[in-house]
Amino acid sequence: MAERAEEQEAVAAEVGPALPLLDALEAEAIHIIREVVAEFERPAMLFSGGKDSVVMLHLAAKAFWPGKVPFPVLHVDTGHNFPEVLDFRDRTVERLGLKLVVGSVQEFIDRGELAERADGTRNPLQTVPLLDAIERNKFDAVFGGGRRDEDKARAKERILSLRDEFGQWDPRNQRPELWNLYNGRHTVGQHVRAFPISNWTELDIWRYIARENIELPSIYYAHDREVFQRDGMWRAIGEFSQPRPDEDVVVKTVRYRTVGDMSCTGAVLSDAFTVDDVVREVAASTLTERGATRADDRISEAAMEDRKKDGYF
Amino acid sequence: MTSTPIDIVESAEAVLGSGSLFRFATAGSVDDGKSTLVGRLLHDSKAILADQLDAVARTSADRGFGGEKGGLDLALLTDGLRAEREQGITIDVAYRYFATDRRNFILADCPGHVQYTKNTVTGASTADAVVVLIDARKGVLEQTRRHLSVVALLRVPHVVVAVNKIDLVDFSEPVFSEIAEDVARVAGELGLRDAVAVPVSALDGDNVVDRSNRTPWYAGPTLLELLETLPSTDELDDEHEAFRFPVQTVIRPQGALAPGLDEDEFRDYRAYAGQVTEGVVRVGDRVAVVTPGQAPRETTVVGIDVAGRSLEEAAAPQSVALRLADEFDVARGDTIAAAGTLPESSADLYGSLAWLSTKPLREGAKVYVKHGTSTVRGLVRAVTGKLDLESFEVSPASGLELNDIGEVQIRLAAPLPLEPYATHRRTGAFLVIDPQDGNTLAAGMVGTHPGDTEDERYWI
Ligand SMILES: Nc1nc2c(ncn2[C@@H]2O[C@H](COP(=O)(O)OP(=O)(O)OP(=O)(O)O)[C@@H](O)[C@H]2O)c(=O)[nH]1
Ligand SMILES: [Mg+2]
Repeated sequence: MAERAEEQEAVAAEVGPALPLLDALEAEAIHIIREVVAEFERPAMLFSGGKDSVVMLHLAAKAFWPGKVPFPVLHVDTGHNFPEVLDFRDRTVERLGLKLVVGSVQEFIDRGELAERADGTRNPLQTVPLLDAIERNKFDAVFGGGRRDEDKARAKERILSLRDEFGQWDPRNQRPELWNLYNGRHTVGQHVRAFPISNWTELDIWRYIARENIELPSIYYAHDREVFQRDGMWRAIGEFSQPRPDEDVVVKTVRYRTVGDMSCTGAVLSDAFTVDDVVREVAASTLTERGATRADDRISEAAMEDRKKDGYF
Repeated sequence: MTSTPIDIVESAEAVLGSGSLFRFATAGSVDDGKSTLVGRLLHDSKAILADQLDAVARTSADRGFGGEKGGLDLALLTDGLRAEREQGITIDVAYRYFATDRRNFILADCPGHVQYTKNTVTGASTADAVVVLIDARKGVLEQTRRHLSVVALLRVPHVVVAVNKIDLVDFSEPVFSEIAEDVARVAGELGLRDAVAVPVSALDGDNVVDRSNRTPWYAGPTLLELLETLPSTDELDDEHEAFRFPVQTVIRPQGALAPGLDEDEFRDYRAYAGQVTEGVVRVGDRVAVVTPGQAPRETTVVGIDVAGRSLEEAAAPQSVALRLADEFDVARGDTIAAAGTLPESSADLYGSLAWLSTKPLREGAKVYVKHGTSTVRGLVRAVTGKLDLESFEVSPASGLELNDIGEVQIRLAAPLPLEPYATHRRTGAFLVIDPQDGNTLAAGMVGTHPGDTEDERYWI
């Protein structure tokens, strides 16, 4: 015991520099991505074209450079996506030479296997096509760009999170996760969700995008758009998002903080035209990104927990 | 208080303002106020955004928190699961993030309930510091002793003891001093060095972020001041440790080169991907590739790559790809280490376990052992002892139950490059996994061979 104290004393004298935050987060994410690729047979990465998945894919490309990203990407298309984002998705997949698997909410609706919700929001409908794509492609690990700072239920998730045969998350019975030793063992029918950027905040994501010069869909930056106000959020006019007669249409300079389904994602008034502007804006923001822009999370206090238990991202 | 953090504060000054990362976790008995304290830290360091605060205010009011005069139930900021909010307890770890001018924090709010100790071990395993809470009215409880033993076992670099609910004992100095002395004694028995005690009220905010004028007898730092100045694991380690690098995977693009790169340039590219777990590596260093069961093969590092950028050196915890001078057969599970520093691999594992499963451990059990980037089968030959939480003595045992801390001998199906956790917090750790359902049964820490140094045998 006494020896131990002395040993620590000696150590404390040699305080050295620590890795800067972004480098530490990057190192952790790359380690996780490599672990999953090494230990699973058929991994895939969720890729929506949203900023978090773009950063995650960038990290995957770095993890295996100069090799190609060694797994396909998976997108669950709600059918109500922003065209700019779909275009960006396709260009990125092409640029990195990846295989893209698409799960389509629309197809499930057309086949009568999913019903449109009364509020028109399609985000919660993504779970069924997601699980279907996982099962049909026999993916045993799926990378997600979820971050713990997004939501209080997400704050509880492990980096490697086991899902049962029905894709369900059991938050009351998670495996212990010790040090950086990830246990991905699972039985037939189960799969694992892996969250390499669990520990990143929205601001970290933006600082990293700035540092690495990562391209994003244009709607993340300020632009003029025809919008109308609903539930305290600015909604875009588009094929799937039309104002009611009592909702005035105006042109505003806006940007998107999150990119989800057009039917439930709101824009924020902004004049952040460049990535540096956005970093400044996010650092000064007084609202969380989901609080500011997501109708689907306003449904109830535990909206995210309920969706996750059912197998959502 | 028997020890002060002053020496550390000064030596840490050099790294302040570097925007580095510091991870800490909470521990302590149920209802000691861990989540409230975390909420208070986030709130008073202005890390709570308006919509989050609104939600907490709404729920607090709905539940009649604070009675007549009302108030914010700050625990709601981290108790995010429905079951937690309904029962007013924490079930699993919540991770939260905040920053001050000096540091970026990752905070793990852990449960106090004995049933969820496995989750507290989860939160503490990666922590640079653990804040152990004690209810000033109750003092050191069995669960406090359990958590302090876990913290000692995991060798978390720093322990801070927050004597909470000081408002409920009239801000009494004698109450605080007595608890601080108890803690110092327990810490001494466990070999914990800097268990500093701070009197706080998580509910009202005294000495959490801002100094309190209700504890004029206390001249020490606030909780946040402490957390801002204690050196992190990465700040402590690096230079004096020998280089360790478990190989995660081999990067050999051949036919699968990333688009846009020159085929000729990368035709023969071959590198070993991994994270530096300890020490520093520089281009030109002599290293040994260690494949368990074979003689180490020495070679030289000729390149350190991070996605097209070449580095002169890399230190823990960087993720890089190493190129070596010789074309050895190197695979996942091998370790690249500073030449001549890694002890011979062994198939006899002596170590301590924190047993985290409701399934008890019996001698003769077949398990998987996950260590570094290897997973091998193992047979638990003997359970040689169990830690008694009253005396902190190791008493004889033949099995382990949920939440026990014990010592075992495991025979491995293949040798592993085992190093004592006491000196290698990163390469001395392992998991015990159930071969049936794949669940993690225990957190393991490599001990020393009983034949080696007799007095080191029972270091917990
Ligand atoms: N008076 C007073 N009450 C406090 C203080 N800190 C916490 N409490 C109350 O103590 C109760 C338990 O607080 P929590 O923060 O939920 O306790 P916990 O340690 O997180 O509990 P578990 O996570 O379930 O182990 C709540 O009613 C708090 O409001 C304090 O400093 N003073
Ligand atoms: Mg709690």
